[in-house]
Amino acid sequence: MKAGFLMTKKTAFDRVLAARAQDKITIKDLIAGLTDDFIELHGDRAYGDDAAVYGGIGLLQQQPATLIGIRKADDEKSATDVHFGSAEPDGYRKALRLMKQAEKFQRPVITFINTPGAFPDVNAEYHGQGYLISQLILQGLQLKTPYLAIIVGEGGSGGALALAVGDCVWAFQDSIYSVLSPEGYATILWKDSSRVREAAEIMKLTPPELVEQGIIDKIIPEVRTKAEINQLKQQLFDKIKELSAIPTAELLRRRFARYRKF
Amino acid sequence: MTEDNQSQPTREELQHRMDQIPDVWVKCPFCGKTIYKQQLGQFKECPNCNYAFRLGAQDRIALLCSDFTPLNRNLKVGSRFSEKHYQAKLQQAQATTGLNEAVLTGIGTIDTHRVAIGVMDWRFIMGSLGTVTGELIAQLFETATQQHLPVILFTASGGARMQEGINSLMQMAKVATTIAEHSKQGGLYISYLCDPTTGGVTASFAMEGDLLLSEPHALIGFAGRRVIERTIQQRPPRDFQRAETLLHNGFLDAIVRRSEMKTTLSRILTMHESGVSND
Repeated sequence: MKAGFLMTKKTAFDRVLAARAQDKITIKDLIAGLTDDFIELHGDRAYGDDAAVYGGIGLLQQQPATLIGIRKADDEKSATDVHFGSAEPDGYRKALRLMKQAEKFQRPVITFINTPGAFPDVNAEYHGQGYLISQLILQGLQLKTPYLAIIVGEGGSGGALALAVGDCVWAFQDSIYSVLSPEGYATILWKDSSRVREAAEIMKLTPPELVEQGIIDKIIPEVRTKAEINQLKQQLFDKIKELSAIPTAELLRRRFARYRKF
Repeated sequence: MTEDNQSQPTREELQHRMDQIPDVWVKCPFCGKTIYKQQLGQFKECPNCNYAFRLGAQDRIALLCSDFTPLNRNLKVGSRFSEKHYQAKLQQAQATTGLNEAVLTGIGTIDTHRVAIGVMDWRFIMGSLGTVTGELIAQLFETATQQHLPVILFTASGGARMQEGINSLMQMAKVATTIAEHSKQGGLYISYLCDPTTGGVTASFAMEGDLLLSEPHALIGFAGRRVIERTIQQRPPRDFQRAETLLHNGFLDAIVRRSEMKTTLSRILTMHESGVSND
């Protein structure tokens, strides 16, 4: 009886754990699966190349697109290489550079987000963490090509929002999106990080709650098999086709309206 | 009430002492020097290190504007966020500050210049960015766009307002849409980062100005010192998030002493009143 209840009803904290699960598809595998060809592009042209931000150009059923993700550890990069999925300012600058390039070549932009938040360290502060996030928000909102954002696992705070101001925001079934981690929330509001389950419950960070609040537009099933990835690919392709048919001024008007309403 | 309680001065009593008693001692939070409050002068600057003491929104306006017409003084967080601790916090903040929200917005005059002005107030739940805070700032930019006015926004904030969850995060994008519209029209936006400007406010409109100004030794940063210490076991240097460090690293246009605030803004506004066009 109890087991049956647990199987049908995931608590908010279960969702937090599922979003952080080790077996979650990696950003690199996801991008490889969604594209018929993909070339990674490196560097921010100012300071460095942050491994936590993975981006490049790919073909989605013959449609060229710029794909950018914030990634956690995978077969290529260790958790420390990518600071457990936390981007540095040069990573955000690289993302902004790739978006501007996409605009020039009239490619749609698709972002994939799996980050607990922007990397909190002294050098990141020195190199303008806040400034870079602000510019991705301001310039991302004005991008003249279709912009689709997908929350893959964790969508933590401003570090996630930086890549999530698109025409639509989708989220995987096992993902979360919040103003800060439930641990951080419990610490700040109750000075007690052990109340994390309770925090997760009231933060409304699960995909169904996010849809209800208009933060995300659609929940997509987890993808593991080739067939599941192909299904997502088709949905992305259809959405891009739909967005590409809208005149630029109207696309931007709708995008602005989407964020102005909050 | 016990005797112990009576010996503790209330918040109002402390404020009264600060406001009314001329020879009270204050300690500069930056250099640590103890000074007579009256030595701070009308601009509330530390005579030793020029640190600009935190100002309430109304005091800032009084230093700056010859006249000021507030906008939306009645817009408040309604029943949408009904949690009782949060509602109590809001009421207390409203009573302490005389403001409806963490930002005071309006149209004012600086010398001869008409300007849309917003001043965030750290006394109001640490100047945190809630839905109404964001709405007031968004409407300020929209009014400025309609009336073709420059915007000066003084930021002072601990960042997102946790009690409003992800809706607080969305304010960062919401305000940016109105900044973009204002900018498209050629409007000037001066962001004036005051002590302290942190978190989601630093990562959005505080850093989206055409010009970024600050005050001596103002704390400006994204991640908080304690978060950095706890998460990655670094001990940041003492001044790593002070205005002087940001200026050195290229993230501010200038640090302006408060006694120079009004004349500096007036000069900048004058220089933006005409341009040349080859079209």
